[in-house]
Amino acid sequence: MTTATLERGAGATAPARAGRTSRRWRRRLVVLSFLAPWLLGTLIFFVYPLIDTLYLSFTRYDLLSQPVWVGFHNYVFMFTKDQQLRQAAFNTLWLTVILVPARMLFALAVATLMVRLKSGVGIFRTVFYLPALVPPVAGVLAFVFLFNPATGPVNQVLGALGLPEPLWFNDPNLSKPSLVLLGMWGIGDIMIIFLAGLLDVPREQYEAAALDGVNPWQRFRYVTLPNVSPVLMFAAITGIIAALQYFTEAVVAASVASGQATTGGGNANILGYPEGSTLTYAQWLYVMGFKNFYLGYASALAVIMFVVSLSFTLVLLRRGGELLGSEEATS
Amino acid sequence: MTTLAPSTRVVDGRAGRRARNRRRLGWLADHSVAVVLSLMFLAPFVFIFLQAFMTSDQALTSELWPQTWHPENFVEVFQKAPMGTYLRNTLMYAGLATVFMLLSSIPAAYALARLQFRGRRIAFVVVLMMMMLPPQVTQVPIYVMWTRLHMTGSLWPLILPNLLGDAFSIFLLRQFFLTIPREYADAARVDGCSEWGVLLRVIVPMAKPGIAATAMFMFFFCWNDFYGPLLYTSENPANWTISLGLASFRNLYQVQWNLTMAATLLAMLPVLVVFFFAQKVFVEGITLTGVKG
Repeated sequence: MTTATLERGAGATAPARAGRTSRRWRRRLVVLSFLAPWLLGTLIFFVYPLIDTLYLSFTRYDLLSQPVWVGFHNYVFMFTKDQQLRQAAFNTLWLTVILVPARMLFALAVATLMVRLKSGVGIFRTVFYLPALVPPVAGVLAFVFLFNPATGPVNQVLGALGLPEPLWFNDPNLSKPSLVLLGMWGIGDIMIIFLAGLLDVPREQYEAAALDGVNPWQRFRYVTLPNVSPVLMFAAITGIIAALQYFTEAVVAASVASGQATTGGGNANILGYPEGSTLTYAQWLYVMGFKNFYLGYASALAVIMFVVSLSFTLVLLRRGGELLGSEEATS
Repeated sequence: MTTLAPSTRVVDGRAGRRARNRRRLGWLADHSVAVVLSLMFLAPFVFIFLQAFMTSDQALTSELWPQTWHPENFVEVFQKAPMGTYLRNTLMYAGLATVFMLLSSIPAAYALARLQFRGRRIAFVVVLMMMMLPPQVTQVPIYVMWTRLHMTGSLWPLILPNLLGDAFSIFLLRQFFLTIPREYADAARVDGCSEWGVLLRVIVPMAKPGIAATAMFMFFFCWNDFYGPLLYTSENPANWTISLGLASFRNLYQVQWNLTMAATLLAMLPVLVVFFFAQKVFVEGITLTGVKG
């Protein structure tokens, strides 16, 4: 960018200008040729649907007839009447508040351990990463099997130790904690990011801290943490946004644990099984919009989701100067 | 370690020995914790594996070890459910989506990484926002659009948009392209290469590991995707993917856990095998998804 302005300022003789203008247009066409598909995609799959969602959220629409303007009706219903939404929003909030920190703390602990290991790091890293690759549906099936109350290995082990054998995915109080356990099994991706962050902390800072005779907690608090905080923030915000759309694990766990199929229509019996404890916001949006075809109402739910996720994204964009700063640093 | 060694030798014998003992103890403690954790991470795989080889009668009991081993369970999975169809659909979805994504996203990522133009910063911010946007937010109009085109019920609504770029892939590819020193591209330009020539002859060959990682992420995303296929094909089992088939397996085709776990294992297998062969590329890719420039 700076080179372009310099060039323009330096040589502005009259005969050269015409050639330069056409060259600039050629240049723009080249850039356009690289970006055209993405620009088109941005318009069709991002800009237009965002605007249309906002419009549809003020309508009643079922795909068969034209949208009918209803003002704020959808929003009023959402905030005052929809009992199941209240439950779904509570569950999603619960997952955001518990699942995200649990995953981050566990991943940070494992990554810290990995840094301390002096041998076998490669093998351990593979083992800890592996579950993150497991397809979500397969992971849920595996966990519902492992934790199934009657014959599951977990309760076999607990029983052998003389411990209580909970109902896990079939107990409304334990279904969400069971999903948290599943999430903690799959920490591999953020663990790898944390590990890279921890390994990037300059050695000299640790050596200086060692000379000052700090204890391990102080070393973590004053050396490690400031260095990895951008990585932690990135993981926190992407984690929160992922928690907002938590869907697959909850839907499949409910369907498999209840013993009824997910795919054949919006089966009310298994919605959030057991007792609505796994019904999430994203699932409610899916059911209302694409099973019951209250598309206007689903759009209103989407608008709220957009506002929440956008505010977290903006925090990331503002605070995470590293993301944009890296561009300047390397180019 | 090496810097510490001489200094400990200088200190008098007892303190030195104590420090060495403490370090040895620390090593032992760290590795014990790591081993126990590893066992916990691997345990689910082991139990799934054992269950998958049991007879249906034994699967009803609470025994954990197969009395007799039945590899034919894996064949039976294919007979019970149309797994072949699911596999074909999944491969079509993941394969075409990946190829389309590469065609559209590599040029866009290169422009964002290396071309100078006004609005580049804004374009990059838009990519980040698209990447962070939950798919549910824009789902209603997009779904309506595909209904008008009579494509709901098929996997095309999930495949075709990749022809117009995928935000996460663009972001990741850009991060990879930024690691290639400018000098190579500049040298090619001096030799009279056009920008497309630079991209195709210099950048793409040099960024092969990055492109491979991005392609793998895309392929695995599609392989694992449940929400997308559920949204568009749930009423049309002929177009189900592995994820959809697997989610319904226990309820539609089988009550016992043994065949369900065999199917689960089959769904995991390709991803795990590819990971073992391409681990390095993979880890590098994940690291770049973090804030690192």
